[in-house]
Order: sequence, then C-alpha cells, then structure tokens
Amino acid sequence: MSDVLISARGLEVHFPLQGKGAVRAVDGVDLDIHRGETLGLVGESGCGKSTLGNALLRLVEPTAGTVTFDGADMTALDRRSLRSLRRRAGMVFQDPFASLDPRRTVAQTVAEPLEVHRLRSGRREIAARVGELLELVGLDPAVAGRYPHEFSGGQRQRVGIARALAGEPDFLVCDEAIASLDVSVQAQVLNLLRRLQRQLGLTLLFISHDLSAIRHISDRIAVMYLGRIVEIGPATAVGADPQMPYTQALLSAVPVPHPELERTRQRIVLRGDVPSPSAVPSGCRFRTRCPHAFEPCPEVDPALQEVGAPGQLAACHLHGVIGTPIPAFGTES
Amino acid sequence: MRGGRGQPAPQPLLDVTDLRVRLRTPRGPAHVVNGLSYSVGPGETVAVVGESGSGKSVSVLALLGLLPARTATVTGQALLQGEDLLRMSPERLRQVRGPGVGMVFQDPMTSLNPVLTVGRQIVEGIRAHGDVPKAQARARAVELLAEVGLPDPVRAVDRYPHELSGGMRQRVVIAIALSNSPALLIADEATTALDVTVQAQIIDLVEKLQADHGTGVIWITHDLGVVAGIADRVLVMYGGRCVEDGTVDDVLEHPAHPYTKGLLGALPDLTAIGPDGEIPDLVTVTGLPPAPTDLPAGCVFWPRCPVRADPRCETEQPPLVPVAPLRNGRLGPDSPPAEGRDGQVGAGRLPHRAATWCAEGLS
Repeated sequence: MSDVLISARGLEVHFPLQGKGAVRAVDGVDLDIHRGETLGLVGESGCGKSTLGNALLRLVEPTAGTVTFDGADMTALDRRSLRSLRRRAGMVFQDPFASLDPRRTVAQTVAEPLEVHRLRSGRREIAARVGELLELVGLDPAVAGRYPHEFSGGQRQRVGIARALAGEPDFLVCDEAIASLDVSVQAQVLNLLRRLQRQLGLTLLFISHDLSAIRHISDRIAVMYLGRIVEIGPATAVGADPQMPYTQALLSAVPVPHPELERTRQRIVLRGDVPSPSAVPSGCRFRTRCPHAFEPCPEVDPALQEVGAPGQLAACHLHGVIGTPIPAFGTES
Repeated sequence: MRGGRGQPAPQPLLDVTDLRVRLRTPRGPAHVVNGLSYSVGPGETVAVVGESGSGKSVSVLALLGLLPARTATVTGQALLQGEDLLRMSPERLRQVRGPGVGMVFQDPMTSLNPVLTVGRQIVEGIRAHGDVPKAQARARAVELLAEVGLPDPVRAVDRYPHELSGGMRQRVVIAIALSNSPALLIADEATTALDVTVQAQIIDLVEKLQADHGTGVIWITHDLGVVAGIADRVLVMYGGRCVEDGTVDDVLEHPAHPYTKGLLGALPDLTAIGPDGEIPDLVTVTGLPPAPTDLPAGCVFWPRCPVRADPRCETEQPPLVPVAPLRNGRLGPDSPPAEGRDGQVGAGRLPHRAATWCAEGLS
C-alpha cells in the first residue's frame, strides 16, 4: 500500500469564456496527499483552491491531467465506479446554512449516504448509525428529529461533518468549513476536526483563506496563487520560514493578536490586485506583484524546487532559475 | 495612529453615555445594546470587538440614526463635538453625516450603487454638503480616488463598481466616507470581506489618512489580530454590554474578563507552538451567546462562564470597574462602582476596566 492516498498530475481545470480564452482556475497542479496527513490548502479568493478540491473528487471535470485515488485513476472511471470511490471521500462545505436541506431532518440528512451506498439496511440499523455519527461530532443523538433551522451555525456544521463521515471515508475535504462561523465556534470545529482526524485516521484536505487556522490544523501547507501551487512543505517550515515571496507577503499580512508584535512587525504590503485568471501573466504568475521580480521572471515559468527545510518546495527563481521557458521567449516549450 | 496613547484626550470628539437600543421583534423586545459608554478622541482609534449578535454594529447604526424608527428605541446620549446625535432633527443629522461622521460598511459589493459610476457616487456626497460646481466636485473626486490609492484615478471616476475588484471598491467606499473630511470615521467590519493582503493595504491607508487629517476612528471588527495592529483602545462587547475596555495592550495581553480570555484562547495563534512542535488544542467557550430577547438575569456571560467565582454572578450584573483593584482584591462588595474614565487608575493612564467578579479566578 502506497503512502500516497490521492495524487494529481498536471491537473488543469479551464472554464471556457464566451468568445475566446478561458478562466484558468486550476492551471497545472502536481500534488500528493499522504495517508493520514492534514494538508492545508491556502490562498486568496479566486486562486482556484475550491476548484482544485472539487477536481480532486471529480465534482468538476478536469480539462487535463490525472487524479489517482488509492491507485485508481479517477479521471478514467465510469459513473458507477466513481460513485463507489466517492463513498471513500467526504466533503464539508463552507456555508452550513446553504449546504443542509432545510426540509429534511438531521437524521434524514445524515442517513442519506448510508442509503445511497447501502452501508446499512433497515430502519433501526440506520437510526443507530445516525446516532453514533451524531455522537462522534459532539451532538446529542436525541436531536436527530430536528430540522436545520433549529440549530446554530456551529451545530449545523457538525451535522455537515457527520454527513461527510457517514460513508466512512478515508479522505475528507473541508472547503472553508469554518469561514462563516464566529471565532469561539471556529475553535470548537477546529478542535473537532483535529480529534476526528486522529481518532479515525482520516486524510484531510483543509481548504481555507485563513492562514492562522491552516497553520494550526495542518501537517503540511500548500500555497496556491492563480491556479498553481507556488509553495508546499511541512507546516512548521512554510509557516515559519517561507521561501516564496508570495507566501512571505501572505504570512506577513496575517495580523496577530499581540499589540507589541504588531507594532514592531514589518508588513509586506503587495502592490495591486491579483491578475484575472483569464489573463495569467507569462512566466512566473506572481511577478506583477512581486517585490523581487527580476529578468527571468517573465520568461521562465518556475517549477517547484526543493529549498529551505526537507520536503519544502517553492516555485521561485530567487532560488535558481528552474522551469519551463515560455515559447515566446524560450527555445522550446 | 496611536495619537491617543498615554493621555486621555482633553476634549473627546465623540462621547457616548449609557447608550441603549431596544428593537421590537415578533419574539418580544430585543435588548440589543444595554448601557454603552465610551469616548473617542481626535486621532484616536477605538476598536469595538465582539461576535455576531453582540450589538456592535447596532450600537453605531443607532448613533447615525440608521435604525428603523418604527422598531428601534434608542436612549442615552452621544455627543459629537458637543452636540447630541440622538436628539438631532433629521435635517441636522443629514448635515452631520458626511462632514461629521463618515461610515465604511462591511461589504463593498453591496454598499455601492451598481448603476452609477463611482465618480457620480462621490460627487453626490460632495454636492450634498455644499454648493460646489459639478466640475469642481468631479475634480475633487479624482483627487480623493488618488488619495485612497486607486491606480489611474482620472479614468477610474467613470468606472462602474462591477469593473473594480473588491479591494478597489472598498477604497471607493472609503473615498466617499472621506469626501467631506469627517472628524470621525466609523468602519464596520470594513476589511472582513477582503483578502489578507488587501486588508493590509486598506489598514495602511486608513492609518495614513488618520495621521494626515487627525480623524478619530471607530473600528468595529471580530478580528483581534486587526485590533492589535490598529487600535489605541479596545472595547469588548458581549450581550449588548461592554464587558471589558482599556488600552489595546492591557486588554489583549492582560485580559481580565473570562469572555475576553475565551475569545483570545479560541484564536489559533501563529506564535503559540509548544516546545515539542505540537500545537495545543484551542481553548473554547462552550455554548452560545444569549439571545437579546432573553438575556440572563445576572452577569450576561454567566451561562457560559467557566469561572463563576462569585454567588452574585447569577443574579446581578457586575459593574464595569477598574481591573487593578479587582486583581488585588481591594474592591469589596460595598465599594461604589467606578464611573466614567476620569482617572482613578494612575495618572496619565487610561483605565483598564472589566465587568466581572471573576478576574482573579483566571489570572
């Protein structure tokens, strides 16, 4: 059994635009997620992190590249085998108000995966399993008959997590699962996810724009910018000693609740906005905002290279110009 | 800007006393703000923090008369440069909004009119407060857009909001708020909808403008990290009350109220990694904030409080009193509650106060 549970190679999701061109939401991602690890995927709005999460489960169709789930090529599966593979992957969504059906009870919502995948049969068995799942996420099984509107945001998110766990997945994608919750409730859900991950040996992809939360929960962190992973590595290394200027700026922009530190800290304030994913800059896609951009940046598309701590990779020419010369400038593509 | 640090401003820009807001709801009266008092000096930044439903937004909407009059009852006093906002005629209030108080709302997607160019929306604000010729107002709009850092302001005035990114739109909203050089700027979760790198740009911008014009700022947020970076003073709200206030260093580094401690403990802290590299679990506050229609009889935080050090907590709301005597245990049950901020605590220092009898139990 390989150490890698899910693996993407050259993954691309391009959404065609009317007229010409395309939104390059995911634009050439190579990624390995190891069994039992929590990988934090961080990036700003529009960087493609949610699309990448969806593409890994084939909830959107990749336009190029492959995704391998436990050795099976997801991109080549027919609908039937895809469905059975999807049982092994759960998803927790951002908005616990929109992701639960308001007209179904908690029990009906949590039981649905059990029925779809025929994991339990008979009313009593299903009810018992629903009770177990609710207990697992810290809810009283007695609430099974209630409707979503009777719960607070944090409790609803627990219901969403229980549903995601119903298929006994190996892999759980949490897409901005704490973004719409209050700080004290975020802490409850983060603690719950960490406990579940350890208790059930889950492999977790935790997608968020919140670097503090990502650093708190992740073993490894991947940083995404304009459809590409620009830095990846152990959470301690990426969090403490980032090697890519974008990660450095992102980290320096996260305010910390210590006034003394905030006063003395040097914030790297980036110029301008993220370019549109339909007009990605040539070469290094961060070069238009990078404070260190130099000659090779527009001409060579940087590849991830090992820098800093063991297992830390960054796509930046400051560590040596490695990558694909872009056709307009280079000799070959 | 930290202009107010160290000494209380002699003449506050805004002085709010015992502000109360009651809303009529189908479930009975909602006591959303329950006796809030604070002041903001020129050039000073006061951060109001709290979770959703704590009353922080309603408390400033009430100041500007932006709550629906049919359902909201507002009492108390709010002196803006000596004049009570809560007793102004609608005409006078309209004159004050703009030159007196500028407001920046959370969502730059919805606080701009989608069918008007940003230039027209800025000009509208300028011309509402003075007989300025159109061409001159337009020139001023270009200047303002340049001041808030919009690239190519001459062309940007003719853009529609949808042509701009979220960060750029928030800059436009700030330009509108600044168009009449307000003495006080209220920012209600102004950077919450923005990415962190854009948030850093906006915070830099507001600090720069504040340094240039001496504007007083009320910054409403739930993000204690942002507070640490911008505030001189912090006011922590819970259940429509101020449960703790003081300088940003006092409140964030030496919190006294169990709720403030809970909020800070709930934050994943980039600097808090154990010596073994293992990150500890977050401290959580169990339960939920009280509904404003059904507030507890005693301390607002009692139902969730992990301390409950005093039998009175259940039946009586602890007054907002200076923290130092609380810590030393010198404040007996019969001591009069400290009123106002007229310096019972050390000379030249803003008092650090908390509404709790449980400060010692946690420190």
